[in-house]
Parts: sequence; structure tokens; C-alpha cells
Amino acid sequence: MGPGPAGPHTWVEVMTAYAIRRVLWLIPVLWAVATITFFLMHAVPGGPFTQDRSLPESIITALNRRYNLDEPLWKQYLHYLWNILHGDLGLSFRGDRDVSVLIRDGFFVTAQLGILAFLVASFFGLALGVLSALNQNGPLDYVGVFVATVGAALPNFILATFLIVIFAINLGWFQILGWGGPEHVGDLWNVSAWNVKKLVLPVVSLSFLPMAYIARVTRASMLEVLRQDYIRTAQAKGLAEQVVIMRHAVKNAMIPVLTLMGPIAAVLVTGSFIVENIYSIPGVGRQFVEAVQRRDYAMIMGTTLFYAAIVAVANLVVDLLYAVVDPRVRYG
Amino acid sequence: MQEAELIERAELEGAFVGRERGLWGDAFYRLSRNRLAMAGLVLLFVVAGIAAAAAYIDTVQRYDPYSDQIYTALQEAPSWGHFFGTDNLGRDNWARVWAGVSISLQIGIGTQIVVLIIGLTVGATAALGGRFTDNVMMRLTDVTYAFPDLLFIILMRSVLAGRDWPVISNPKLQIILAIACVNWTIIARLVRGQMLSLAERDFVLAARALGASPWRVVIQHMLPNSLGPVIVAVTFGIPIAIFAEAALGFIGFGLPPPTASLGRLVSDGYAYVQVNYWVVVFPAAAVAILMLCFTFVGDGLRDALDPRSR
Repeated sequence: MGPGPAGPHTWVEVMTAYAIRRVLWLIPVLWAVATITFFLMHAVPGGPFTQDRSLPESIITALNRRYNLDEPLWKQYLHYLWNILHGDLGLSFRGDRDVSVLIRDGFFVTAQLGILAFLVASFFGLALGVLSALNQNGPLDYVGVFVATVGAALPNFILATFLIVIFAINLGWFQILGWGGPEHVGDLWNVSAWNVKKLVLPVVSLSFLPMAYIARVTRASMLEVLRQDYIRTAQAKGLAEQVVIMRHAVKNAMIPVLTLMGPIAAVLVTGSFIVENIYSIPGVGRQFVEAVQRRDYAMIMGTTLFYAAIVAVANLVVDLLYAVVDPRVRYG
Repeated sequence: MQEAELIERAELEGAFVGRERGLWGDAFYRLSRNRLAMAGLVLLFVVAGIAAAAAYIDTVQRYDPYSDQIYTALQEAPSWGHFFGTDNLGRDNWARVWAGVSISLQIGIGTQIVVLIIGLTVGATAALGGRFTDNVMMRLTDVTYAFPDLLFIILMRSVLAGRDWPVISNPKLQIILAIACVNWTIIARLVRGQMLSLAERDFVLAARALGASPWRVVIQHMLPNSLGPVIVAVTFGIPIAIFAEAALGFIGFGLPPPTASLGRLVSDGYAYVQVNYWVVVFPAAAVAILMLCFTFVGDGLRDALDPRSR
């Protein structure tokens, strides 16, 4: 708790003020996202009820009234904002269900996929980065750098395609359609609700890119830390090599990796659109794509706002964590 | 310092060449020493060359990617008759993959041209236009940045789809605009940061003190000096745009059929992956190679243009 630039204010006070300002800043950002999405979405040619099979005029009128589509656009917009402020995301045109319920169900699946991918990416990324750095210019380092470089440039649907061709079709080890996790929160700890054969390929496809990022940054940051004086001091004290590496080097090398968590949240979100569509996983990413195809206005708005909020909150959490981990960071 | 390293350093500083190299000559020299980047660059020229040749010379293209349907040869594996096999409609995959590569290259580079125009304008206006303009421009950038990018691209693509407005009715241009609408923020932030820091530098102050007009200062002194990082960002932007186009094609928001964009080829092939996986392997490999090459070249350029990063 060193002396900050804020004078008499303590570190905690400064950080709290910063956090509050950042949270308040989220409101105009989300409002802008909602507004832009609303008008873009209504600018998409065709309406939700223009289909190949044309409906009778009276039914379309009734449907438009049901979803407030018969009002002028500015009125619909104000109506929508008013409803969001009351926590009401509206009704999906499909099955007349609450958008918030649909997103909740979808997010339960997307979150499982995202969290599993995040854990896999963090574990293997850190391991790969640390091992590469410790064997700098050795064969293990070349493998690590190769995986990190290729992984960062290989699109996830290409990777997924190759994984499917090799492991699901030719070798028959895994299954590819649907999600292998539980459908209800109550089943999370129920082993029989998890189907590992269906989980592996989607999780690997989604985690490869963030893993490559983490490995790259970990390696660079480890190399930097290993050159520092305090590492030499620790070695000179006669500490065991493992202690020096784990306690002194890896712990400090993790700081730059933390900043990656924001971009990684964004990568996982983007990836979820594609991976969920390839593997027919009923998550929010697939819901969004289907909603755009069907002009399901309320659903498009709901999923967009939801994703924007997730990315914004992830960035906020990262910035705060960064200050906690590295006391040198100050937010004025 | 070891002898080899000393020699290399001396070479880099132009000692053995006998003449001084400028910033760009120096960067080019360093780039040419980067094996991975050069390999990427050569491969890119080869790939672009074949794609261009296939588009104009029938003996290279061999079959028409769209109209030649050979119903006696559906879903064939690679052979001398069809180097990459055929698809479910009997079309030649060799011709279709090269058509796709050419579309991907056009969209990747086209997007970066639009990105460059928007990014330079917004970034420079923000940096040079005074406090109010800066605030407006940067809030605009923040909001665009807050959108998950693929989501915004899908929305923009749907808005532009099927419009018959002049110029924009071209579906390729629609995709380029949709992707560029999201990706300009990186360049805008970069240019603004560069300009703000350059404005404080001595050589800019000197130019101003000598009475150079603001336009001259910006165009002659600040723009060339901020170009390095911009070139790197643009190079990295190309694979991002190629990926975005392929991803759009893959989930069905890409160029309308029968256009053979790589994303659509992958997704069409994926539908028949259990019957004949060759259809999917070649376009997928093409996307991967394009993205890897541009990434390697980008890495090389970054190292070459910013010696401090080494």
C-alpha cells in the first residue's frame, strides 16, 4: 500500500473510485450498442414474417401487433429501451418465449464450453510457455513456438474440420453432433450427464487459439523474468531450482498473461459462434446466428447486448485484477 | 559479445556495405534476413500467381469453377483428371479452390484498404483536431470496439445484403465494407497514439519553428514517421479479414452461391465430409496457408520495422 499519486487517499479508495467510474461508463457503451444494433437490425431487408410461404394479411397484422411491430420505429425503440431498463428483453418470435429465458438456457451451455476451453487453454498455454522458456532454443522450445505460431494463425473452423475428419470420421474416437454437458444446473455434478466423447472436439477447437496466445506471451514474459536480478539472487541463495522457477519466476511471469484475459474473453465469444455452429451446440452463439437468419428482432438484440456486456465486464475485471496483482499499476 | 554477433550488428549498421541505408532500406534488409517471413512472402507470391493464372488462363484453370459439371465424376478423390477431386455436383475442386483463393485475397486486401482510409482519417482527426473532436472520435472507437466483432460483421453483412444501391450492390464490396466497419478501430487508435507522441518530438517542433504549414508538418513529417506500425497492423489485418470472410461463408452469411469463396467451399465440403472428405481438405488447407503466410510476413515486418522489439 505505497504512497499513490492521489495523496491522502488510500489505494483501496482510489481503486474503488476507479471501479465505480468504469462500471458507470458501461452504461453509455451498452446504450450505444443497443441503439446501433436496434437500427441496424431494422435496416436488414425483409421482416420476420416475410417467408417463402406467404401468410394471410390478417395474421401478419395480428403478429405485428403482438410484437409491437405496427408502431413507428422511434416508438418501438423507446418502448424497447424502457423494457430493458425493467429487465425485460422481450419475446422471441420463435415459440413466443422470453428472450431472457432462451439466453439463460443457451448461456448455460455456452458457459460450460467457454469455461472448459478457458481451463484447457490456460493449463496447456502456461505449461507450453514455461517449458519453452526454460529450454530456450532447445527442441522443446521449437515445438512450443511452432504450436503457438500455427495455433494463432489457424482459423478455428479449419482446425475443427481437420479434427472432425481425422478423429471423428476416420478414427471414430469422438462424436460430433450436439453438446456433451448437462442440460440442467442440477446435473452439473452428476457424472452420467457428461458425455466426454462429445465434449473433446468442441473444447479443443475453441481452446486452441487462446492457448497459442497464452503460450506466446508466457514464453516471452518468462524469458524476461528469468534475466532479472532477483532470480539470480534466489539461485545464489541456494534455493532449489523448482522453488526459484515456480515461486519466483512463474508467479511474476503471470502478470502480462493476465492482461490477455480480456482479448481471450473476446476470442472465446467469437469462437463460440463458429464452434457452436459446426458442432450443432445449442448455445448463445448459435442462437444469435439463427436469430439473424430469421430476423428474430428481440433475440438479436438480447444476444448482442449480452455478448457486449460479457466482453465489457471481462475487460473491466482484467483491469482491476491487474492493479491487484501488480501494485505498481495505478489508476488516477 | 560473440564475433558472429558483432559482424551481424556491423552489417546491420551498414559498415560492410559501405553506404548508409535509410529506415526503409534497413528494414528491407532485416526483413530479407528473416527466413520465415521470406518463405511466407515467396509462398504468397506463388499462391497469388497461380490464382491469377487460373483466373485468366484456361489451361491452368482446367475446368470452369461454376458451369463445368461432370455428372459421371461426382465426389471423386484427387486424380490426374481432377487434381483436387470433384464435389457433389461434379465440379472440379482445383478450379474452385483457386477461384476461392483469389476471392479471399481480394477481400483481405480490399478490406485493409478501406480500413486504412477510415483508420487514418479517424486517428489523425482525433489527434490533430482538438480536444472535442478527439473525445468524439475516441468514444466512437470505444463503442465499435465494444461490439463482439464477428457479431457486428454478421449484422452489417445482413444490412447490406441484397441492396441494389449503386456500387454497394456488389456482394464482394458488401463483405469488404462489413468487415472494415469493425476492424478500423485498431488502425485509428494506433495512428492517434503515434501522432500524439510525434507532435511532441523535436523534429516536428523544429519543422513548425521553421514556419512549415500544419499540412506540410503532418504530411511530410508526421505521416511517414507513423507509417511503420501502421504497415505492420495492416499486414496482420489481412489474415483477420480473410478469416472473417471465410467464417461468414462458413456460417452462411458470405457471398451468395454458387460463388466459390473458401469459407463456403469448406462449409459445403463439410456437409459431405462423411462421403468424401477431400472436398473439405483442400479449401481448408488453402485458408490455413494464406493466414499463416500473412502472419509470418507480419511478424517479420514488425521485427524489421521496430528494431527495439528484438
